Amino acid sequence: MIDSGLLDQIYIFVLAIFVGYVLITKVPPTLHTPLMSGANAVSGIVILGALIVAGREGGVTATVLGFLAVVLAMINVVGGFVVTDRMLQMFRKEPRNKRS
Amino acid sequence: MNTSSFDIAFAIKVAYLVSAVLFIIGLKLLGSAATARNGNRVSAAGMLLAIVVTLLDRQIVTFPVIIAGLVVGTALGAVMARMVKMTAMPQFVAAFNGFGGAASALVAIDEFMKLAESPADIPIDIEISIVLGVIIGWITLSGSLIAFGKLQEVISTKPVQFPFQKVVSGVVAIAILAMAVVALIMDNVPLFIGLSIACLLLGVLLVIPIGGADMPVVISLLNSYSGLAAAAAGFALNNVLLIVAGSLVGASGIILTQVMTKAMNRSLLNVLFGAFGAAATGGKGAQAAGGPKAYREATPEDAAIALAYAQRAVFVPGYGLAVARAQHQIKELATMMENRGVDVKYAIHPVAGRMPGHMNVLLAEADVPYDKLYDLDQINDKFEDTDIVLVVGANDVVNPAARDNPGSPIYGMPVLNVDKAKQVIVMKRSMNPGFAGLDNDLFYKPNSVMLFGDAQASLVKLITEMKALS
Repeated sequence: MIDSGLLDQIYIFVLAIFVGYVLITKVPPTLHTPLMSGANAVSGIVILGALIVAGREGGVTATVLGFLAVVLAMINVVGGFVVTDRMLQMFRKEPRNKRS
Repeated sequence: MNTSSFDIAFAIKVAYLVSAVLFIIGLKLLGSAATARNGNRVSAAGMLLAIVVTLLDRQIVTFPVIIAGLVVGTALGAVMARMVKMTAMPQFVAAFNGFGGAASALVAIDEFMKLAESPADIPIDIEISIVLGVIIGWITLSGSLIAFGKLQEVISTKPVQFPFQKVVSGVVAIAILAMAVVALIMDNVPLFIGLSIACLLLGVLLVIPIGGADMPVVISLLNSYSGLAAAAAGFALNNVLLIVAGSLVGASGIILTQVMTKAMNRSLLNVLFGAFGAAATGGKGAQAAGGPKAYREATPEDAAIALAYAQRAVFVPGYGLAVARAQHQIKELATMMENRGVDVKYAIHPVAGRMPGHMNVLLAEADVPYDKLYDLDQINDKFEDTDIVLVVGANDVVNPAARDNPGSPIYGMPVLNVDKAKQVIVMKRSMNPGFAGLDNDLFYKPNSVMLFGDAQASLVKLITEMKALS
């Protein structure tokens, strides 16, 4: 019942957790908020699943659920990346000379 | 399988691999202030690539629904991200975590409906993945919405408790497990409605007893959950990129959770189930000494003189600064002092804001260079050489009881040792206790003076007084 495909997936899952752990342990506290909102945008990756379930053949209920999933995931993706960019453009080592 | 569909499936997998690498590079670049903005763009490029190639997937037969969803979601996300104030960032991130969780739950349910239609048995590992996606996803949604409500202060920021709360939560959790098992055995779709409602309820029950001061931990944890929900959906749909990206986010949320609990010197379990800051623990404090203790109050003029003639000053901004939206005024005051030759540093406690790193973002918004911001570890040995500390709307993070009083509920929490400085000016709205509901010995120390008022109004007064000096 449980095939090697599942084991491959678990393999990838475990390694990705380690990669994430190592990458993010080094992030300085100054960047924790942009890190979280940027990571939040990446968790919108479920948009891929949402696109498939919304677009494939299925009943009305399935399509409605899929549509909602696409909207929510896309808010997460676009909002997350845009707001992270908004924050990061403010981080500067030297102050701006003149502020408008 | 004909050749062209094989080619497309292959191309999609290759593109997903590229996306996964872009996410990893993007996160890596997010680790340094100089490269962070590019890092975010690299991640966004990975996402765009993944979305575009997914649209080529042969399973997708109708596009109007998808296009409509993409357009609506993009518009809403872009508008929200442009409108949100930097002070409201914690609520915003909380809400977005919730949306991601909800999307994962919906995808998992949809997949189950599809599989339940076909006569073939659903493989057990797929079933478990689906149920996990649904459970984690819905808990993330309702928990995030409660966190949003607390941060926005539409729900009480105090821990909300009622009799047998933990028992009720336990019963709901058991009901969730029972329904999940039955739904899997019977391949029963309607049972998912009950399962979903119970999960939403559990999310509320888990977050509502947690006090507002602990929200940085809660948001970090929910951030992790939103990633794990996506990873579970990835297992269910057999989509490797969902697994990779979801687990990267899951790991990042876990790290931030650890950073926050360490900064509070508490275990995660204590944060989640300790109901910190409830009336029972909050009552302890000043009264024990018998009668009100004496503190000194400064006028803005005295304070401005003390700040203007110092050599080394440290500003300690706390959430009061964020609430008063006074980040621009504190920066203006610092610039005036710097022009007079005062060395001004900012000391940022990890839990100074309402989410990890929140204060740094607010000060960045006010154009404070990030190399003037010092972490707890970097600044704590410098207070003894500091002439004056200006505490703006911070309380628990400068409470010496955390260091000196083993009876204090926050004993052991790393705090900024501002009381070691020669003089401390505490700007505060009143003598009311802070988020944790504790009295603060700092206010009664001989080297401390209080300056009462809204942080922004008081800073404006200090700026005016300092202008009068020159």
